[in-house]
Amino acid sequence: MTRLESDRRHRIRFTLNGAAAHGEAEPRMLLTDFLRHQIGATGTHVGCEHGVCGACTVTVDGMIARACLTLAVQVDGSDIRTVEGLAPAPDRLGILQDAFKRHHALQCGFCTAGILMSLDHYLRERPRPTEDELRDMLSGHLCRCTGYTPIIRAALDAANLLATHHSAEKTDA
Amino acid sequence: MKPAPFDYVRAETLEEALAVLASEGSDAQIMAGGQSLMAMLNTRLAKPKVLVDIMRLKELDRIDATSAAVTVGAGVRQRSLLGWPPLAEKLNLVALALPWTGHAQTRSRGTICGSIAHADPSAEMPLALLALGGEVHLRSGRQRRKLAAEKFFTGMMSTARAADEMIEAVSFPTAGVARCAFREVARRHGDFAIVACAAVTSRQGVRFAVGGVADMAAVRDWPRLDGSALDDALNAFAHELDARDDVHATARYRRDLVRLIGRDLVREVLR
Repeated sequence: MTRLESDRRHRIRFTLNGAAAHGEAEPRMLLTDFLRHQIGATGTHVGCEHGVCGACTVTVDGMIARACLTLAVQVDGSDIRTVEGLAPAPDRLGILQDAFKRHHALQCGFCTAGILMSLDHYLRERPRPTEDELRDMLSGHLCRCTGYTPIIRAALDAANLLATHHSAEKTDA
Repeated sequence: MKPAPFDYVRAETLEEALAVLASEGSDAQIMAGGQSLMAMLNTRLAKPKVLVDIMRLKELDRIDATSAAVTVGAGVRQRSLLGWPPLAEKLNLVALALPWTGHAQTRSRGTICGSIAHADPSAEMPLALLALGGEVHLRSGRQRRKLAAEKFFTGMMSTARAADEMIEAVSFPTAGVARCAFREVARRHGDFAIVACAAVTSRQGVRFAVGGVADMAAVRDWPRLDGSALDDALNAFAHELDARDDVHATARYRRDLVRLIGRDLVREVLR
């Protein structure tokens, strides 16, 4: 049994977007605050802090998760992916990100980090989603700028491009 | 919106978790997927001194099916049960209701037993457990006991669980349910239900359960009813539920939904 005391900071080792990372956290520290303030990874946004808005969505060991409903101490030894890991290079957007740009799927951008993480995870599991399935999945996110329709368009476009991209990769191999 | 301080215990065995509950009592709180509890901690509606994380206990992450019931362990996430291949065949009501529990992004972490432990009056899993006449398997260092769902839920977010007990599993009966139906009305799919209803066929006729209206889900058993007899039964039930106005809906709207959805669902299962 491991008991971490409330008034101490504890060492947390984890993998962040493929690279080893570590920091210190009290048991009550949320994964959102840990990523932003201890690690300096501010791509994950903090909105409602009770799991409703979806802005802080990340993946933990491959599971899609609200970082605001996760404690930093829970992810010791885990593999975390955040929006910072989506672009293939610092000066290049990923296919999904580029589709968001083309379709004006963001305006203020506050919700975007979480939505990109959900879509990136979802399209890997379900490469050919219907619009209804996408809308159902996006019910876990609040966007107050776009009315969601441009997000759906971007997601469908990205799904098509990713499918072509994957089949091209297979042909190359 | 930050939790008050607590010690964090990562249990490696069930006995360790039970020992913490035995020594700390109501100051300790079990956490499984945390999808209800973390929101309570963040808003400081819950301020445990010790949080006991049970998600590394492999023995709790199991679904056992017999001819009579499906038993879901405390470590089984909602997404895992939704992806369990026999779910629709064995537990159709849960297959219908579970997609309404939270969102894909919370079902990936949240557990079935956690939702039942939380006992939110509008939650789908307590409603399904009650409608099917399921049982909650409680365990402490001193005893194991099983409580029928109707005895387990005692009010708004309150249950008959003792301070030193944890839910080890819940079991949903599968025998004797020929047909079932579920419908929910919420502001946004995945939000808390304004009204959620379930109907199942029973030995005497039909069992109808309503969540989201009173301080806990409520259930009625009726013989085969139709026409004005069904309308009268639903009307009486809707009034007995003590519906209240809130920011999402008026009491009258809730009663209307119970009558309208109830008529459809009861007819659907008795067809």
